[in-house]
Amino acid sequence: MIGIISYGGYVPFYRLRHEEIGRSWGKKTGQGERAVAGWDEDTITMGVEAARDCLQGMESKTVDSLYFATLMPPYSEKQSASIIAAAINLREDANTIDFAHSRRSGTNALRATLDAVGHGSSKKALVVTADCPLPPPDSPGEFIFGDGGASFLIGDSEVMATIDGSYTMADEFLDFWRLPMDRHSQSWEDRFVLDEGYMRIFPKVINGLMKKYNLGPKDFTRVVFDAPDPRSHQAMARGLGFDLKTQVQDPLFQSIGSTGSSFASILLVAALEKSKPGDKILFANYGDGGDAFILTVTDQIGKRSRQQRGVTGYLNSKIYLESYGKYLRFRDLMEWEVDRRPPPRTSLPVYFRESKQLFRLIGQKCSRCGHEQFPRQRRCMWCQSKMEAPGEYEDIEFAGKNGTLFSYSMDERAPVMDLPSVGCVVDLEGGARYYGLMTDRDISKIKIGIEMEFTFRRINDAQGVHNYFWKVRPIRVK
Amino acid sequence: MESIKDKVAIIGMGTSQFGELWNKDVDDLIIDAANEAFEDAGVEPKEIQAAWLGTMDSGYTGQLLSSPLQLQYIPITRVENACATGIEALRNASFALVAKAYDLVLVLGVEKMKDLGFGGLLAAPGKFHPVYGAQMVAVGRYAMAATRYFERYGLTPEKGKEMLAKVSVKSHYNGARNPKAHLKREITIEQAMGAPIIAWPLGLYDCCGVTDGAAAAILCRTEDAKNFRHKDDYVTIKGFGLSIGPGWGKERSDYDYTHWPETEVAAKMAYKEAGIKNPRKELDLAEVHDCFSIAEVIATESLGLCEKGKAREGIDAGDFTLKGDMPINPSGGLKSFGHPIGASGCREVSEIYMQLQGRAQLPERQIKNPKLGLVHNQGGHPGRFMAGVCIVGLP
Repeated sequence: MIGIISYGGYVPFYRLRHEEIGRSWGKKTGQGERAVAGWDEDTITMGVEAARDCLQGMESKTVDSLYFATLMPPYSEKQSASIIAAAINLREDANTIDFAHSRRSGTNALRATLDAVGHGSSKKALVVTADCPLPPPDSPGEFIFGDGGASFLIGDSEVMATIDGSYTMADEFLDFWRLPMDRHSQSWEDRFVLDEGYMRIFPKVINGLMKKYNLGPKDFTRVVFDAPDPRSHQAMARGLGFDLKTQVQDPLFQSIGSTGSSFASILLVAALEKSKPGDKILFANYGDGGDAFILTVTDQIGKRSRQQRGVTGYLNSKIYLESYGKYLRFRDLMEWEVDRRPPPRTSLPVYFRESKQLFRLIGQKCSRCGHEQFPRQRRCMWCQSKMEAPGEYEDIEFAGKNGTLFSYSMDERAPVMDLPSVGCVVDLEGGARYYGLMTDRDISKIKIGIEMEFTFRRINDAQGVHNYFWKVRPIRVK
Repeated sequence: MESIKDKVAIIGMGTSQFGELWNKDVDDLIIDAANEAFEDAGVEPKEIQAAWLGTMDSGYTGQLLSSPLQLQYIPITRVENACATGIEALRNASFALVAKAYDLVLVLGVEKMKDLGFGGLLAAPGKFHPVYGAQMVAVGRYAMAATRYFERYGLTPEKGKEMLAKVSVKSHYNGARNPKAHLKREITIEQAMGAPIIAWPLGLYDCCGVTDGAAAAILCRTEDAKNFRHKDDYVTIKGFGLSIGPGWGKERSDYDYTHWPETEVAAKMAYKEAGIKNPRKELDLAEVHDCFSIAEVIATESLGLCEKGKAREGIDAGDFTLKGDMPINPSGGLKSFGHPIGASGCREVSEIYMQLQGRAQLPERQIKNPKLGLVHNQGGHPGRFMAGVCIVGLP
């Protein structure tokens, strides 16, 4: 039976209190907060995080395809999925596809993986979805949206939840859109958009599913569905006859916010985290129509060791942005003072030559002296013997290795959006050492000896290119 | 291998004013330093047979030197070794003299730093890489050594910063007495400790000035030195050491960031050439590469001027002040005199040269009867250094 073998979640480290947003614009707000991607994160790096969480404890080489969905691809022309596939070290013949353009793209990708596994072209297919919606400053969207990602490994054996049925519908209704040259999306008068869009179309999708499989609202243990805002979410649940207290998954508007195309998927991860064998889940996503699925949780959910951090794990690991100004910096939402320092450079031939270490973080182990090392060498940095031919060295994946902080500094003038920039030396499991930058750090908790882990980040933008590489961060979830 | 000891004499030196010299370009700096050196040696530019130019990023080819000085068709070699460039120009020129390829040569180190519009280095020394090492600069890299030094020797951040502050207070004290220094203002320990952080744990006063400047030397073989102006008052090279690390110390888990291996090796070479057994006892003064306060502390130890981990005791006891038994950076150092990258090595030599000749401009900064001095000039950053050491003494 086809279903979900594993799930992964990702919520960035930073949170912005709704109150802080309100204070900046002179508005009264509630107590909620939103997740904010770090200044060195984007949908690709968050996708990598979600995918790594999903594949925790599994062999990434068994994954046959990676389908990535986002509304905010870092490149408009150039695949994102291929970058994620490299960072999580998939096989070269993995089938990578990007899905975009619709809030529904996350479940578009899920449906496509179901088809791929059903057809047999992929044995295991990874759905990755991440988003970083960018509401205009001082708009209601600032209290609704947030950043994050989710991932599902789809296959036909050892699944923790079977996907028993699905229903889909396309409905041409223009409610949310963004032009190619725009940073922020647009909408129409909300009464029209909600009444004639979400509130009209989505029930047709969910009822369509229940009718197709001859099920009613009471047949589901848990109901997980997308909504444009908290109020509409509640109205939808009531209208369809679902019990908000016992059945409906908390939409996390007050802790993460809607993460665009990855929102429904994040909610499904949150729902699976507390599911038991036998639970029946209705999962539905909205956008240009809708997708709906029926899932049944299997006993694998208990068997498979819970190595995933998931949404809950990451939700509990956070730090607050001290000001709205910091958020503006993170998202580059203002015009800034001109920097007299030369702009950063890049070199595509360097990335081409060093793809193995820059994307896959693959270092070496010297066959002669046994020392693990990074960056890659042609002669061992310990015993100076050759490390060129097979047998002279072994490739070692470093991304999964943790380490301890050996030294650090905090640069107050580095060309980064979140000062101080923490430079650090980390002694890794296996004996190698990482020398570079620390991210997602609480300055007050940095001290020699703390445990560190790798994270894939957008280092900077240079000459029209996003420069990706690995940083370290204090271990977020233990 | 023969030692270079006493084979090469410095017969003239000159330095430009050091500072933020908005009205001087690289040509002016070269001319100011060279003119003083020519005058000091009693030599005309046309007598120079070959020259070595040290600069990291102020211009390319020997023409950077021939052009302002109107040198006519002589061989000029441009030398670059990051912040250790100056000493490298001097070293190579000395070898040419010993080889008797030339009889009279000019060495000049220069850097024009302040035409850029921002504080800091002109370009990051080292091979360009889009992301490996991106966004990391010298101060942050040295600061990691300070963090580690504090940890290794059990210093609280407060105690550690106090030690560093004392180094900088001394540098500013010395610099304030040096007419050509960039930063000529004394500071207090409180000011140093309370200064804005540049890269924790290093604050503003832990960092050297970003400075324009040039320094020049005129060299000949020692047997010819008596023919020039300072007949009996020239100084000679006693030894050179140069060590280029493989640069992977920062990625090797056996490196602790609290000693400079390249400096240790270079010092050993230089001491051997100079016949120095006990540097602390035999040397009368030292100019060490103190681009940051922590760099002076660790260099002092790595050069063998005190035991590892004991620099703090020496600092507290005043050993390294002008009146101490081992004056370090009497010029004010890179910290206070300034650090124009390509110039620093030569400029450090010029301080020893003046002190040995008893010609320090003001009596209060003249060290009593020194005979042997050390210059330490270093490029790169902890775990990835190139270190040069030069011993200079009376003949």
